[in-house]
Amino acid sequence: MATHVKTTINNEAVEFLCEPHESLSSVLRERLHLTGTKEGCTTGDCGACSVMLDDRLVCSCLVLGVETEGMSIDTVEGVAKADKLHPIQEKLLEHAALQCGICTPGIVVSAKALLEKKADPTEEEVRFWLAGNLCRCTGYDKIIRAVLDAASVLREEA
Amino acid sequence: MDSLQYFAPTTLQEAVQLLETNSGCRIMAGGTDLIVQMHIGTASPPAIVDIKKIPELNKLQLSDSDLLLGPAVSGASITEQADIAAIYPGLVEAIDLIGSTQVQGRCSVGGNLCNASPAADTVPSLIVNNAVCEIHGASGVREVAAESFNLGPGKNCLSEGEILSLIRLPKPVPGSADAYLRFIPRTEMDIAVVGAAVSVTIGGDGVCSAARVAIGAVAPTALLVPEAAKALVGTDLNDQALENAGAAASQAASPISDKRGTAEYRIKVVGVLTRRAAAIAKQRALQN
Amino acid sequence: MSGQTSSEYKYIGTRSIRPDGADKVTGRANYGADFFLPGMVHGKILRSPLAHAKILSIDVSAALAMPGVLSIATSEDLPDMNAGTESAGEGEVDFYDFSCNVLAREKVLYHGQAVAAVAATSEAIARSALDKIVVDYEELTPVLDLLGAQKSDSPLLHKNQTTEGPKGKGKTPSNIAKQMMLARGNVDEGFSEADVVVEKTFISPIVHQGYIEPHACVVRTNESNQIDVWCSSQGHFMVRSFMARLLAMDVSNIKVTPLEIGGGFGGKTVIYLEPVAAILSRKAGRPVKMVMDREEVFRATGPGSSSIVKVKVGAKSDGRIVAMEADITLNAGAFKGSPMMPSMMCVFTPYTCPNMKVTGKDVVTNTPKVAAYRAPGAPQSHLAAECVVNEIAKRLNIDPIDLRLLNAVDEGSPTIYGPKFKAIGLKAALTEARSHPHYASALSDNQGRGVACGFWFNVGLQSSATINITESGKAVVITGNPDIGGSRASMALMAAESLGIPLDQIKPIIGDTESVGYNDVTGGSRTTFASGGAVIKAAENLIQDLKRRAAKLMDIDVELVQWIDGQAVAPADLDKKPLSLARLARKAGATGGPLTATATQTARGAGPSFAVNIIDVEVDKETGSVDVKRVTVLQDAGKAIHPSYVEGQMQGGAVQGIGWALNEEFVYNEKGVMENPGFLDYRIPLASDLPMIDTVIIEVPNPGHPYGVRGVGEAPICPPMAAVTSAVNDAIGCGADFQLTELPLSPVKVLDAAEKLMG
Repeated sequence: MATHVKTTINNEAVEFLCEPHESLSSVLRERLHLTGTKEGCTTGDCGACSVMLDDRLVCSCLVLGVETEGMSIDTVEGVAKADKLHPIQEKLLEHAALQCGICTPGIVVSAKALLEKKADPTEEEVRFWLAGNLCRCTGYDKIIRAVLDAASVLREEA
Repeated sequence: MDSLQYFAPTTLQEAVQLLETNSGCRIMAGGTDLIVQMHIGTASPPAIVDIKKIPELNKLQLSDSDLLLGPAVSGASITEQADIAAIYPGLVEAIDLIGSTQVQGRCSVGGNLCNASPAADTVPSLIVNNAVCEIHGASGVREVAAESFNLGPGKNCLSEGEILSLIRLPKPVPGSADAYLRFIPRTEMDIAVVGAAVSVTIGGDGVCSAARVAIGAVAPTALLVPEAAKALVGTDLNDQALENAGAAASQAASPISDKRGTAEYRIKVVGVLTRRAAAIAKQRALQN
Repeated sequence: MSGQTSSEYKYIGTRSIRPDGADKVTGRANYGADFFLPGMVHGKILRSPLAHAKILSIDVSAALAMPGVLSIATSEDLPDMNAGTESAGEGEVDFYDFSCNVLAREKVLYHGQAVAAVAATSEAIARSALDKIVVDYEELTPVLDLLGAQKSDSPLLHKNQTTEGPKGKGKTPSNIAKQMMLARGNVDEGFSEADVVVEKTFISPIVHQGYIEPHACVVRTNESNQIDVWCSSQGHFMVRSFMARLLAMDVSNIKVTPLEIGGGFGGKTVIYLEPVAAILSRKAGRPVKMVMDREEVFRATGPGSSSIVKVKVGAKSDGRIVAMEADITLNAGAFKGSPMMPSMMCVFTPYTCPNMKVTGKDVVTNTPKVAAYRAPGAPQSHLAAECVVNEIAKRLNIDPIDLRLLNAVDEGSPTIYGPKFKAIGLKAALTEARSHPHYASALSDNQGRGVACGFWFNVGLQSSATINITESGKAVVITGNPDIGGSRASMALMAAESLGIPLDQIKPIIGDTESVGYNDVTGGSRTTFASGGAVIKAAENLIQDLKRRAAKLMDIDVELVQWIDGQAVAPADLDKKPLSLARLARKAGATGGPLTATATQTARGAGPSFAVNIIDVEVDKETGSVDVKRVTVLQDAGKAIHPSYVEGQMQGGAVQGIGWALNEEFVYNEKGVMENPGFLDYRIPLASDLPMIDTVIIEVPNPGHPYGVRGVGEAPICPPMAAVTSAVNDAIGCGADFQLTELPLSPVKVLDAAEKLMG
C-alpha cells in the first residue's frame, strides 16, 4: 500500500506517495523526476545515487523512500546556487574530470560532503572518501585533482 | 505483487510486539544488507521493522567502565568520534572498513553482527573486545557473548520475536589495545577474504598478560582462537610469539574456497594477518 | 600534464570548458534512464535460467491475464531472418544471430539470454508477470571452456555451424566458427637464424566494459507504423539501422533521438532492448520504457573476449627480432564474431620483424555474445606479445625500450595486413619513455617495473555535419555522434578554428537521426577524426558561401574576398570595410537566404595510434597483493584538439587495462552461471587503488587530417595488461622466465607464484 511521506528536499517541503519497497533513488527519479541522482547498480556499489540524508552521505538506492518521513534530503540538483556552480562543479569542468558524466553527480555530492567535513584533505583522504564512487572513464586522476583544487578554493573563500 | 509492510516503531516495546505479530518479518537498521538482498531478490520479507527511530537503540555512550553501542547507530557516527577510536582503535578500523563512505553513513555494527556473514568486519573486533550482546524478547532480556552470537552463515542466535538491543564493550584495562586487519583484493569496497582481530594487554614488565584473537571469513562464523591468544600470553610479544599466534590462527581456520579466494590461500593469509594485527596491537598497547 | 600547444592554432590545443559541462555537473543532463513520456509503461525481460537448452515451449497466458500486464513479446513477434554475415558499421553482423540474441528462438545459449518480455503499468507488476511465464526447456550441457569447446566431442552450440577458413567452409559442425592466418616472410627461416627464442602462452578472462550506466530506452510506436526511440547508445543511426533490420522495417519509419550516454567503451555499439520495447509498445499501444539492472548488464550484454594467446619470438643476440609467431584464440560468446581479426592484425604491428605468422580462431561458448571493448582483441594479443618481447629483452640483457626502438615500425614500414605506415609516433613515444624521469627512478624492495607498447588502427567511416548560422551570427554545429567523452568540446574547437570565430559563438549539438545526415557509430576512435573532419569541411563550405555573399555586398569579385579571423576581408587597396559573420548573418535575407552548410565524408586516412606504458608495482609477498605505485602513459595523438580530454582517454584506458590485469573477470560456475554479476565482486578499479596517471602526449600529425588528428580512445588500453603483468613478474623475481601468465593476477595466483620462486 502506498505510503504518504513528507520530507524536505533541497530545502523545499516535498510530499510524495511511495510503496514500502521503493528505494529513495527510485522515488527521486521516477516519482519526483529528480534524475540528477543516477542509478548504476541499485546495490550500493557504485555511488552514482549519492545524496545527503539528514546531512549524512548515503547511497539513495540503499534507503527506502518510506524511511525518509520527516528527514531532509539534499541532491545534486541543490548544489549549484542561483545560476552559480559550486566550486567543486567548476573545478570538475576546469580539470575535464568527467568524460561520459554519469558518475559526476554522485562525485559532486560526495566530494562536497568531504570538503564540508574536512577542508584540507590529502590526496589519499580524497581517494579513500571517493572509493565508493565508481568512475569507469577517467582513471580518477583528474577527479582527484579537481577535488583538491576545489578544496583550496573553498579554503580561500572561507 | 507488493505486499511489503513497513513499520517504524519508536520504542523497543513496540518493536518486540511487531516482531511477535509479524511472522517472518525482518529487522532493519542501516539496511545496507537487507535492501540489497531485496533488490537482488534473495530476500522478500512480508514486513520490515525499522529500528532507527527507537531512541534507546541509537545509544552511543562511552563511560569510564564501558562503551554502550546501540545496534542502530551508523558506522559513520562511531568512526567520527575520536574518543572511541582512542580506546577501541581496532574496532573503529573494522567499522571504517565496511563498504564505502556512503555505506558508512547507514550501516550499523548491530546489523553487521546480526547479518551473520562469516566475513563481517566488525565481529572479530567485537569478540576480541569481550563484547556482550543484550537481547530483548517477549520473555525478557538475555545476554550473549559476541563469539556466541552467530551460529553459521546467515544464522544468528535470535529466536523469532527477539531483537538485539545493545552491544556492551567493557573498557580495556590500562596497557591494552586492539587491532584489526582484513585482506581484500582492492583497497576498499570488497568483502573480506580474510580478517583478523587481536587485542593484547601488556604489563609494566613488558609481558603480555592477556590476549584475544578472533578471525573472520575462514570459518562458518567469526572465530575466537584461544590457541593463538595462548601463544601470546606470557611472552614479550616477540617475533616468534607473533609467528606462533599466526600459525595457531591458520591451524584454527576451516575456510571454504569460493569466488573470493581458495581455502589454502585463506589459511595462509589468516596467519599473516593475525601476526601483523598482533604487532600493531602490541605497538598500541605499549603506548597505553 | 604535458602536450605542446602549437602557436599556429588559436583554439585547438586549448583546454576549453566543455559546452555540455554545466548540465552534466548539475544533474540536468538526461541519460538513457532519465527520459519519461506521458502514458509510459514499463518493460522487463525474462531471461534464461540455463546456459544451454532447447526451448520446447513458452506459455505466456497466465502472465498476460494478470491485471496491469499490457503486452508480451517473444521471438515469434520478430520477423524471420536469414543466417549469414553482412557488413554493418564497424564490423560484420549475422542478423539471424542478432535476432536470437534479442529474443531467443529455438535454443538458449547463455544464462541470462532474453527469452520473453512483458510490458506492464508498473515495473513491479512486470517483474511479477515474468514469474508467470512458463518456459519448458530441455537442458543441454554447457560449453564454457575455450579449449574444450574446440574438441570434436564437445557439445555443439549451433548444429549448422562449420568452421570458416581461408579456403572456405568446413564440412563437420564445430564450435570453431572461423580460422584465419596472416603471414609475411618465412618464420621457420627466421627462427632458425635466432640466437634466442621465447615461447609462452598467456590467458585472459571474459571482462566487461563496466560502463556505469545500464542500457535503457523509451520506445513509442504509433498507428501509422512510425517508431520513436529515445536511448543512450554509441550511435543512434546504428540503433535505427539495427532496429529496422531486426523488425523488417524501413529506416525512415524509425526516428532515434540520442540521450546522453553514460559510458560505452564499445559495449553500446549493439542493441538489446530497443527492438523488444518496440514490439511491446506496438502491442500495448503505449510508450514502453526498459532499463536493465546491473545484474542484467553483466549477465546478458556483450563483454570482451576471453583469450588464449601463444606467442613465439626469436631474436638475434644484438636484439634484432627475426621471427614472430602467434596463435590467437578468442571467445565469441554464444554467437560467432569475436574480434579475432583485429587481434591478429595488431599483435605484432609495432615491430618491423620480416618474418611473421599469425593464426586465429573464433570460438563459440555458452557465454554472452561478446561486443566490442576498446580496441577489440588488441589488449589480449598485446598481453602475450609484449610480455614475450620483455622476456627476450631480459634474456639478451638489453633494455626493453631499447629493444623496442631497435625493432619499432616507422614511416614507410609495412604492416602484416597490407598498407605501409605514413607518419607515426611509436619511435617518438618510445624515445620519450626512455628519457622520462619515471624510467630512471629507482625501485624499492618487492617492486617491479614493466613496459609495453600498444597499437590500434583507428577508423574513419561515414560522418555528416551541418552548421547553421543563427540570425545573430552564431554557429550551431550539428553532428550525429553521441558525446561519450567530451566530443562536443572538440567539435566546437575545430569549428572555431575553421571559422575563425571565438569559441563562445559556437554551439555544438548532437542531432537526432532526422536532423543531420547519417553517421556511423561512435567507435574505432573515429569521432574527433572523422566527424570532426566533416565539421571542418562544412565550415569550409560555409566560408565559400560567406565569401560569395560578402563579394555581393562589397560589390567586388568573389576571388578577391578572403576569410580572416571570422570576417570577410577585401584587399586593402579597395577600401572596403571587413564584413563580420554577425553582419553577414543579419544580411543573409538579402544575399540569398539563411546561412547553412553541410558536409559529409567517408573519412580515409585515420592515422593509427601507438601508446607506451611504464608501470611500477609493489607486491606483498605474504598475501599476493599488488599495489600499483606509478604509471606513466605516452601516446601519439597526432594533434591533441583538447589536450585534457586526450589525457583523459589515456588515463582512463590505462586504468581499465590495470583493472583487467589485476582483478576483473567473469567467474562462472560449472552450470555456466556467472557468480559475480555486480560491482561488489566484479572489481573495477577504485579511486583508492590508484596513483596519479602521468601522461605524455606525443604529437606526430596524421597526414590524413587537416589538423593532424589521430583517434586516441582505444590505443591506451593496449599496453597496460602487458606492462602490469611484466611488472608483477619482475617484482616477484621471475627474471627472464615469467611465471604469471594468466589474468587476472589475483592475490591467490601471485602468492602462489611468489612462494614457488622463494622455494
